Amino acid sequence: MSTSRAEKAARIRHLLETEGDAVAASTKGFNAGRYESVARLEDYEALKAEARAIKEDAIERLPELVEQVETAVEENGGTVYVADDAADANRYIRAVCEDVDAESVVKSKSMTTEELEVNEALDAVGVRPVETDLGEWVLQVADEAPSHLVAPAIHKSRDDIATLLNETFEPDDPLETAEELTRFAREQLWADIRTADVGMTGANFIAADSGTLMLVTSEGNARKSALVPDTHVAVAGVEKLVPSVSEFQPFVELIGRSGTGQDITSYISLLTPPSDAPTMDFEHAQDVPLSEQSGTRDFHLVLVDNGRMGMREDDQLRETLYCIRCSACANSCANFQHVGGHAFGGDTYTGGIATGWEAGIGGEESTAEFNDLCTGCSRCVNACPVEIDIPWINTVVRDRLNRGQDPGSLEFLVDGLTPDEEPGGLDLQKRLFGNFETLAKLGSATAPVSNWLASSRPVRALLERVAGVDSRRELPAFERETLVDWFEARGGSRVDRDDAVRSAVLYADRYTNHVLTDRGKAAVRALEALDVHVLVPEVPGSGRAPLSQGMVATAEAKAERVHDRLRPCIEDGDDVVVIEPSDLAMFANEYAKLIPADAASLLAEHSYEVMEYVYGRLENDGDSDELRSGDGAAVDYHSHCQQRTLGLEAHTVAVLEHLDYSVRTSDVECCGMAGSFGYKQEYYELSMDVGGDLDAQFGGSDAILAASGTSCVEQLGDLLPRDATHPIELVGIAGARQAE
Amino acid sequence: MGLSNAPGMTESLTERFQDALSAHNATASVVGTDDFGAVLAERLTGPAVGSPLPFDGVSLDDLPVVLDPTPADLEAATFGVTPAELALADYGSVVVRADGHGSEAVSLFPETHVAVVAQSSIEPDARSAFEQLDETAREDRSSAVVETGPSATADMGGLVYGAHGPTDVHVLILCDR
Repeated sequence: MSTSRAEKAARIRHLLETEGDAVAASTKGFNAGRYESVARLEDYEALKAEARAIKEDAIERLPELVEQVETAVEENGGTVYVADDAADANRYIRAVCEDVDAESVVKSKSMTTEELEVNEALDAVGVRPVETDLGEWVLQVADEAPSHLVAPAIHKSRDDIATLLNETFEPDDPLETAEELTRFAREQLWADIRTADVGMTGANFIAADSGTLMLVTSEGNARKSALVPDTHVAVAGVEKLVPSVSEFQPFVELIGRSGTGQDITSYISLLTPPSDAPTMDFEHAQDVPLSEQSGTRDFHLVLVDNGRMGMREDDQLRETLYCIRCSACANSCANFQHVGGHAFGGDTYTGGIATGWEAGIGGEESTAEFNDLCTGCSRCVNACPVEIDIPWINTVVRDRLNRGQDPGSLEFLVDGLTPDEEPGGLDLQKRLFGNFETLAKLGSATAPVSNWLASSRPVRALLERVAGVDSRRELPAFERETLVDWFEARGGSRVDRDDAVRSAVLYADRYTNHVLTDRGKAAVRALEALDVHVLVPEVPGSGRAPLSQGMVATAEAKAERVHDRLRPCIEDGDDVVVIEPSDLAMFANEYAKLIPADAASLLAEHSYEVMEYVYGRLENDGDSDELRSGDGAAVDYHSHCQQRTLGLEAHTVAVLEHLDYSVRTSDVECCGMAGSFGYKQEYYELSMDVGGDLDAQFGGSDAILAASGTSCVEQLGDLLPRDATHPIELVGIAGARQAE
Repeated sequence: MGLSNAPGMTESLTERFQDALSAHNATASVVGTDDFGAVLAERLTGPAVGSPLPFDGVSLDDLPVVLDPTPADLEAATFGVTPAELALADYGSVVVRADGHGSEAVSLFPETHVAVVAQSSIEPDARSAFEQLDETAREDRSSAVVETGPSATADMGGLVYGAHGPTDVHVLILCDR
């Protein structure tokens, strides 16, 4: 194993052992809560679309909104400072503190102040920052970084926190329960809040027309921090601006639900500072009634650019500015659930969207360590309340990282073998997985020799050393006869076009064509049993493999070729039926970013997942007599992550139940294999750890194991003693045609 | 507000509000202005602070509640009474204005917060409430909090009610206001 891969594997292993359990318990709870909470909304999708539209509009009009809020805050008696970068923001914040001779600043939770490293800047000039959010305070005591956008100390268990506080503060009675820990923290922090000179908050949203800040909190510390000290400094990224308070509403309804599964948090503060609330001096005027307190409230809004205006100009990163930092992308991510934000995150931000934030603020290089942890499973896409295509941002940044890399010494070897569109310096591991199509063709052409060779110890050792392909994984075994060859050899479709109710091109993806040909044959037979005329032409790979390695140009070239090949078929009236969900997701979603809109929508409109297609036939008077009956047999079915994002899990379940199978479905977000991810040596252990959830659900059963994705089938095969099969193979056909 | 004043509508909004609030570990009860003083007196425990109630026929003057408290009163108080200008039926939330009488502090520091709201101020949903809040923000440039149940945290390894703010929240709904 190369040193960097070994180091990365060791770091992930360490975090799995030390923080994984605490992170998993909370994130899975948040994620389950999200599903329940959004289901209680009357029209969740419409609310998301509204939130998205508000953000699109606000970012489009950002310079105008900045001017507007400057006017509003000044009218209110406050000051706005637009800071170019962290140093500029910190300089201003320090000056405000100096003006009031501040000894201490009480802070409520703010990721933006983490980004700016405000605490370090204050410490450096002798002003003591005190984090008052309990999670942030625990981290300040522990001198650690947040591992989650919303619950910063999520990686610490109650025991960890109790030990930390007991060792640090040595209370008379050791603290143990969450209640005791909370009470202790509250008392400690109140002592700081009552005497602080400056209160610092963030802002979840800012209304440009009135200068109103919206703060989404639960503990009450943000309210106290803004209320008790006379001087209030709010620090927020410029992207937090929306036109007015009425635009807050969809976000009020979405943010808690999306993040922690709360319909609403305890406090939605709508602060238009300086506040009308009387000042309150707990130190020098504690016996003076509020009406006679003599302090003067002062307010500073620090709006932070720090790369954001550049992101606004960047067509690929712009969407990141719509992020409301709810943490849904982290909580819904199988990798994040297992390893947490100390691995899956950059200097400040964590989870899937961290790639966008960190790249925008610190440049692509600052995402190099964690960007690969996004496998593109897409489970965050529907969870995001502002509909950000988070996997796409990860892919684009990966592509930019690839292009920024220096050519390695093996370049000359690889360039000849791999007909891709990528630069010479591309990581060999990425290039290998990204060019699976070439390998598959070569593999089938030379099978079974290719399989013997690939499974031989010296070759596996070489693959592991040079390309980081983990030798604990079984490699796919290539079939000598591809699905296309088999279909041609049998004389094409057994249902004439003239007799058929529909005509369909079965897309022979690279796995179905070269490795898992049985599922392709089963699909052909099932479709024919439903009176569909089937075609199985040679069509290029969809581009999923290169795309997942961040090889966007290669994926584009493939998308164009697939489109050119399928367009005439579609124009002839053929449907396109796809077995591999990740390829269908390419046609349905990613192609819109790779090829012209009309071309992409043509493919998206005419493509179907194979079980969805069977379902459609059965719904439209298709006769299932010729299909196999399950006779009540039990099936454990794991749908595919991208298939579920497309809303297509239900169709498979419905078909299997129609055929008298008794189906139990998994509720894990992803199997952990995610294409090539689980083959990579640095991620093998994480992949197996994620797979453990599936093992926990389906282990110890003797039901038929079914999964829709190739990687899921492989992962299940490695996890469980039973082999998994594609559901289309359970549909099969009854009677004479089975003899084929 | 238009529709919410229709007969039957108010009752159903009130029920919705109460149901939603109970899901957030807080309670609400409906009282008439005549009974208000007695009902509140029964709930009062410990040192209490308050801010004036702007509802006709209702006052804190004759109750053992410190109005215009000092910071020391706020620190010592375990019970706080404030008005709320709006309630959200869907969420069980009340809107407390950060007025010049110290309502923000009174609703935040003591362990128990009792919010008093006119039944006619119960808005059905967040959309209608935020239309009003938008108008107030623009015209008055004042601050408020949308409060839903007690303060809470999950940062200490378990869900705890009563973090930096109140542990108990009760809403008194004035049925004839």
